[in-house]
Amino acid sequence: MTTADLIGKIVQLVAGIAVFAAVVGLILFFIDRAPKRGRDVLQLLAFLLPALILLGIGLVYPAIRTAIAAFANSAGEFVGLDNFVWMFTQPEALITLRNTIIWVILVPTISTIIGLAYANFIDKSRGEKIYKSLIFMPFAISFVGAGIIWKFVYEFRPAGRDQIGLLNQIVVWFGGEPVLWLQSPPVNTLLLIVVMIWVQTGFAVVVLSAAIKGIPTEQLEAADLDGTNGWQKFTNVTLPGIRGALVVVVTTISIATLKVFDIVRTMTGGNFETSVVANEMYTQAFRALEPGRGSALALILFVLVLPIVVYNVRVLRQQREIR
Amino acid sequence: MTYTPIEVAVDADTKGELRRGYNADGTKAKRVKKRLTSRTATVVSLIIAVIWVIPTFGLFISSFRPEELIKTTGWWTIFQNPGFTLDNYTEVLFSSSASAPQLGAYFMNSIAITVPVVVFATVLAAMAAYALAWIPFKGASWIFIGIFALQIVPLQMALIPLLQMFTTWLLPIQRAINDVFPIIPVQSYIQVWIAHTIFGLPLAIFLLHNFISEIPGELIEAARVDGANHGQIFLRIILPLSVPILASFAIFQFLWVWNDLLVALVFSGGTADVAPLTQRLAELTGNRGQEWQRLTAAAFISLVVPLIVFFSLQRYFVRGLLAGATKG
Repeated sequence: MTTADLIGKIVQLVAGIAVFAAVVGLILFFIDRAPKRGRDVLQLLAFLLPALILLGIGLVYPAIRTAIAAFANSAGEFVGLDNFVWMFTQPEALITLRNTIIWVILVPTISTIIGLAYANFIDKSRGEKIYKSLIFMPFAISFVGAGIIWKFVYEFRPAGRDQIGLLNQIVVWFGGEPVLWLQSPPVNTLLLIVVMIWVQTGFAVVVLSAAIKGIPTEQLEAADLDGTNGWQKFTNVTLPGIRGALVVVVTTISIATLKVFDIVRTMTGGNFETSVVANEMYTQAFRALEPGRGSALALILFVLVLPIVVYNVRVLRQQREIR
Repeated sequence: MTYTPIEVAVDADTKGELRRGYNADGTKAKRVKKRLTSRTATVVSLIIAVIWVIPTFGLFISSFRPEELIKTTGWWTIFQNPGFTLDNYTEVLFSSSASAPQLGAYFMNSIAITVPVVVFATVLAAMAAYALAWIPFKGASWIFIGIFALQIVPLQMALIPLLQMFTTWLLPIQRAINDVFPIIPVQSYIQVWIAHTIFGLPLAIFLLHNFISEIPGELIEAARVDGANHGQIFLRIILPLSVPILASFAIFQFLWVWNDLLVALVFSGGTADVAPLTQRLAELTGNRGQEWQRLTAAAFISLVVPLIVFFSLQRYFVRGLLAGATKG
């Protein structure tokens, strides 16, 4: 990086923010001096339209275009369901779908179970905050960073040489042969899933731990008086008490898992039968130049999260009616 | 953490529980001392915590080991094979040789992408949230629900058409700017800024709306009676009162953009002019997957900023997460 480059970057940074501030400032300045007639409408538009226009051109319209493109080939001609036929018949595409299903079953379940156990164990223990920070930390770092961290754990050296990857070293300590983990299906998909679980469990811990603290003390004391043991108290008092939070955790992690892209991209590039829908979508659309297939995969992703969207919108509307 | 933060609705009770639980941290702990915290529980938690920390710890240790040692011995043998060096860091950051990662430029790009996006998204969302909450009009409720639903639309759905639009409409403008100010390259940050801002807006509007709509109506009424207009109310009342939630969202958005790879890959063009750290790291793992002396140091450089933000602002971060808001 030369000094000129650096100055260019700083100029852009400052200019970008300055232009934005000036535009917003002008909008706010002028709407307060708008003519009395129609001022309310003008003000409403000034506040709301910038965001709505951006959402319209950046999300709504592209999403519709993508939905249409899913039925076209790379030349843009209408091909009906060909892209979907490809998706559900070609072996590579089928592996992608299979992997996505494995991901979306394993990651939310295991993260939530570990998170729940951990949150329950550390509850009110000494050093609870530190415990929580430690497990929550991976949530703050990038998937790319997480990918490198774990790639290092899975690193392979031929038998007989010193291992530098922790996993193979453990295998060797137990008398096994080192394995090229990331190149060996199907175990490599499971090892990528471990990374996602590593990232997501902290989220589960933080939300569930807060929910556990929200359980009324009276209920727990009543359970104590009835002479329940720890497990009974957990299943009869704690679990029902945090049902709502559990739903939040599972659905949120499911959506994140469906969209997972970076982990696969960084660790295997989707090779060795590890690809998932979000990664394949990128590969097809931007590497193989098959936007039709990419769009079809994106559409599948949308269909998969749709039930969660509908459920959440329903809950939200109920809430707003209560209010 | 490269994924859209989303709001998953919970019923009002759960929300209350979450909030109360978080605030009541100190007081309740005293009332109930021991519940499930047995010895086994302690041991299990300790084991989980250790498993969770070890991978990062190993990377951190390795980033300070000389190249020959990283490549031939495990980091856990550091006492048998001692060695300490800062060369890995100086090389990835400052070395100007063509094969070096030259992370300095990418680090600057990450900052130049992230900071403006946080500002843009927060301000635009606050304005929209204010309009939806305090300027009564028909259909406000539907627009709000629509924006809420948009959060969960996978951004993969938007990538291809958005890129096409940018190439058609935005690229000529970028070229024109380059003609007038040669110091700004044709491939400037504009595309990445706009894309990230758009993808951040739904969560932002939702989070901020929840907070802003709870501001007491009397305050706003009083200001109106005194002759204040919406612009003044927004600047003088809404923004100052919303600082906590603005901070929470800003942290989310910061981490999200800093850690993103997909948007960067599609909209940055992949050159040192625009591409952020994550993209460079992904490239390095692909091409030079065996250069661990570089990868470890490079990875750690990309982790430092989010970790600082995370540990210093964890309170706000957790508050944002629990403000009825959860992310995925």
